[in-house]
Amino acid sequence: MNGAAFIVISVLTLAAAFAAATLPNLMHAAFCLVLALLGLAAFFFLLGAEFVGLALVFIYIGAVAVLIVFTTLLTRRDSKEHHGLNWSGVLIAFAVFTGLMWAVLKTQSLSIVPPHIRALTVNQIGQALMTGYVWPLQCIGLLLTAALIGALVLVMEEKR
Amino acid sequence: MTPTLQGFLIVSSALFCIGLLAALSRRHAIFILIGIEMMLAAANLNFIAFWRFAPQPHPPTGVMIEIFSIAISAGEAAVGLAMVIAVYRHYRTTNVDQYDQLKG
Repeated sequence: MNGAAFIVISVLTLAAAFAAATLPNLMHAAFCLVLALLGLAAFFFLLGAEFVGLALVFIYIGAVAVLIVFTTLLTRRDSKEHHGLNWSGVLIAFAVFTGLMWAVLKTQSLSIVPPHIRALTVNQIGQALMTGYVWPLQCIGLLLTAALIGALVLVMEEKR
Repeated sequence: MTPTLQGFLIVSSALFCIGLLAALSRRHAIFILIGIEMMLAAANLNFIAFWRFAPQPHPPTGVMIEIFSIAISAGEAAVGLAMVIAVYRHYRTTNVDQYDQLKG
């Protein structure tokens, strides 16, 4: 793992995430969210979880970001006004950040370097999914089916 | 210099708080969903970081939880955006301050 790569990726990810949270224009924010998620996928590659990084790119950037852009276009009539920030939310977020920083920096056992491991292959992931994790996999399939059918039912035009 | 677990935790807590900022302080419904997605992404980064820095168990537990978490957040995004569209049809606005019919 490379320290310079870590710093570059984290600066890019956090800057893109902050832009996505504060930009007034929703389309710009959606593109910044895509950038932030690409940075997150780069973190996963850095940590040796290539399969999950690729899945993140496919699912978040291929599906979720496109969904956000579509919803923006469908509800565009009032995407300009009401972009004032609610300052109590900013205060709460900053307080949570301070608390988390205090906890992370105070815990001495967290400053460790990664152990050397064998690379995780897709074969291993597939074997684990099909043996020990087969019931959770089925449940997640059921959950996704139910969620997508529910989303369709929610947006279907009502018969009058 | 290799980054420590602490570095990854700092990045993920910063990402979580940026998501919290978006979810709490914006008034547009889609921005709130973007913030929730960011908080979920920060939790995902924590799972992978703890998996990588721990001794390796035989089934890669962190990666498994990560796969399920990505699937759940995809379902959450689909349902959330469908709800935004459904509510927009009734109220003709995406400003969450104006969704006040249930307010006492």
